[in-house]
Amino acid sequence: MIILTPIKKTQYPIIAQCISPDVFQEKTLEQINNLPIWIGNKRRILSDLFKIEKTTENSPSIIINGDVSQVRRIGWGMTQGEIVVNGNAGMHLGKKMSGGKIVVNGNAEGWAGSEMKGGLLEIKGDAGDYLGSPYRGSTIGMRKGKIVVHGNVGSDAAVHMKSGLIKIHGNSGPFMGFRMTGGVIHIQKDAGTRLGACMTGGKIVVSGVLEDMLPTFAIEFIKGKVKIELGDKAIGPFFVFLGDLAENGRGKLFISKEKNPQLSQYERFL
Amino acid sequence: MDLLIKNGFVYDPINGINGERMDIAIRNNKIVESVIEKNSKIIDATGLTVFPGGVDIHTHIAGSEVNTGRLVRPEDHEKDFVRKTSVTRSGVGYSIPSTFTTGYRYSLMGYTTVMNPSMAALEAKHTHEELNDIPMLDKATYPLLGDWWLVLETIQKGDLEECARYVAWMLEITKGYAIKIVNPGGLESWGFGRNVHSIDDQIPNFGITPRDIMCGLAKVNKMLNLPHTIHLHTNNLGVPGNYETTLDTMKCLESIPSNGKPVVHITHLQFSSFAGEDWGSFRSGAAEIAGYINNHDHVSCDMGQIIFTDTTTMTADGPFEYTLYQLSGHKWVNSDVETETSGGIIPFHYKRKNPVNAIQWSIGLELALLIKNPWKVFMTTDHPNAGPFTAYPKILAWLASKKARMATFKRLHKKAQKKSILPSIDRELSLYDIAIVTRAGQAKALNLKEKGHLGVGADADVAIFDLNPEKVDIANKFRTFRRAFTNTAYTIKGGKILAKDGEILQQAEGKTIWLDMQTKKEIEISEEIKKKFREYWTVEYENYPVSEHYIKNSSPIKIKADV
Repeated sequence: MIILTPIKKTQYPIIAQCISPDVFQEKTLEQINNLPIWIGNKRRILSDLFKIEKTTENSPSIIINGDVSQVRRIGWGMTQGEIVVNGNAGMHLGKKMSGGKIVVNGNAEGWAGSEMKGGLLEIKGDAGDYLGSPYRGSTIGMRKGKIVVHGNVGSDAAVHMKSGLIKIHGNSGPFMGFRMTGGVIHIQKDAGTRLGACMTGGKIVVSGVLEDMLPTFAIEFIKGKVKIELGDKAIGPFFVFLGDLAENGRGKLFISKEKNPQLSQYERFL
Repeated sequence: MDLLIKNGFVYDPINGINGERMDIAIRNNKIVESVIEKNSKIIDATGLTVFPGGVDIHTHIAGSEVNTGRLVRPEDHEKDFVRKTSVTRSGVGYSIPSTFTTGYRYSLMGYTTVMNPSMAALEAKHTHEELNDIPMLDKATYPLLGDWWLVLETIQKGDLEECARYVAWMLEITKGYAIKIVNPGGLESWGFGRNVHSIDDQIPNFGITPRDIMCGLAKVNKMLNLPHTIHLHTNNLGVPGNYETTLDTMKCLESIPSNGKPVVHITHLQFSSFAGEDWGSFRSGAAEIAGYINNHDHVSCDMGQIIFTDTTTMTADGPFEYTLYQLSGHKWVNSDVETETSGGIIPFHYKRKNPVNAIQWSIGLELALLIKNPWKVFMTTDHPNAGPFTAYPKILAWLASKKARMATFKRLHKKAQKKSILPSIDRELSLYDIAIVTRAGQAKALNLKEKGHLGVGADADVAIFDLNPEKVDIANKFRTFRRAFTNTAYTIKGGKILAKDGEILQQAEGKTIWLDMQTKKEIEISEEIKKKFREYWTVEYENYPVSEHYIKNSSPIKIKADV
């Protein structure tokens, strides 16, 4: 197990995609100390920024004790192992990860779990914008894996999502699931505007209040409960909407009937 | 200081030199007979291959469509960015590199002259500003004239002399080099939501056909004594079964007197050689097209070879881009440029496991290998439409080595493998042929007298590759060959060493070549035309031309026209 403790703050962003169990594996402490990172536009080494200790335990693989909200690309492309961040994490956390587990006991900045291909990302606090979404313009969304956020989520989460699961215990911002083609999202509290815009597949379950409904979704039926994953069901009843019809989409929105009396006007179309 | 390249294996097809050990002497920016050895800087090229600097006849590197492409694709830049060094500037790739990066990457592959093939005349200023910013390369650009209203009107009237004068005027004011025709008639029809589907379809409001436009402009090209032929992107491009249209197109230009020289250059021929009725029965029409070109001398062409990668398509062919959008459903741009042309951009990912893409890959190589005369077919990817130009070494390896081709072939979609005739083709290009398809042939087709060869008086553009043709059999050791052609040992342009062993040593400005048209009669733009400008263009007549001060390193070629 490697324990990283931040020893200084800088005013520049830090890019440290070497902080990953795959990179640290089978390296000596000295080699880890000398891994390259970027501070602003200057090339530095990992030990400039962190106090690095090695213990004999195996799990979790990496513990970061302290606030690393400036440090981007932690766990970039990791395939195995576990990272625990006891503090806030920076942008692009777990980008392109395909296995293993990241736990953040704090908040995460934007693009957490971007282009994720597998594994588990758990954020105990809030997540920023673009959770599980690709870089702007790209169509490679989340393809597998699971993201759990205990707090709230910013805007544009799960854009172009293809498969996998995102569970949000708090609220979500606007444009959740924009252009998603598959996968499951469960928002346990309230959802922002433009939910599921341009979606063509997958399902989004909202157990709280929906800010507004896009006019390009049509109501299909009312359902008592919906499966989120094996052994987890959301209890309704839910209005089930199909869309986005502007894109000939077959995505499904499950909106809590109890919390959204404003949608009862749709019932006459049933 | 003078420069002497000693003892390299020289390949210079224009002068018939095939791998002889020779010295090349350079004084100032020209190749000369000899220099005094002790006063010159000597490059020891023993065991290295010496080529003339590369010439690319068709590559979209500047202009409004390229720039819009850059705006549309932030994700393309994210995966490929370059830091500045003490010599070079920073930039981004991948399929649409920024201007500086374009220059550096071409230079590292040994290219020194490139042609930007489609410039809407209305966007000429923008194009030239971008060309100014591309270092390391000599450049020229072709204005799109196939659907320009004044051309259509004069052809409709049957007054080719007047048409020729307008074309001469347009070439001069846009600082262009050749007549580019894209989907003749189709772009004008696209303004009304239609397209033409054969060369005899009527164009709305003008009552003429694509055949009239192509024959008319080919004759105009002759009248004006332009160095290049008409540069043609055929009708029905990218549609299954379009090889028949391409054959019709070539047949209709047979009647233009040619004296054994080409009268038309059909660009990215791969996209025009599709057979089959629909995408399901899609197959290659390369054999038919190659058969025709082998028997006729009035056509030259370039490959437009597919590369299996994520790229960005951009062409003036708006209706074709719309078809691509319907196929891929990706984000897209489509536009109609006033009275001149149209345009479209859409990202596209060519995949090995997609039967259509795989067959397209095969078509490009079939064309290049089945057309026997390498002076008729050149290597391009129609950058970035079929793939970025940085993939050229890959294509060269496929052309030079059956082993390389088959290694990729085995990974294609099974259906494509069954349909392809590629395994039956044994031809492998030699280094001499490679020098033709990447340099000499292209320079000859463009009639650039000082490019593409190493004879006395040529521009001192030389590419030296770390490849010993006596020791390395390129057909067998295609990986060594590919590596050698990815980064030159030396790239010399205008007598300066610009790159060495994959590193840029210095940044140099390139020239912009354009045609200074000398017509017999002064071209007069009548009041009527000026009035039209006011009515139909967003730019006033007075602001329309690109004046010479816009061009940083202007290099006009004087052309005496017959009109």
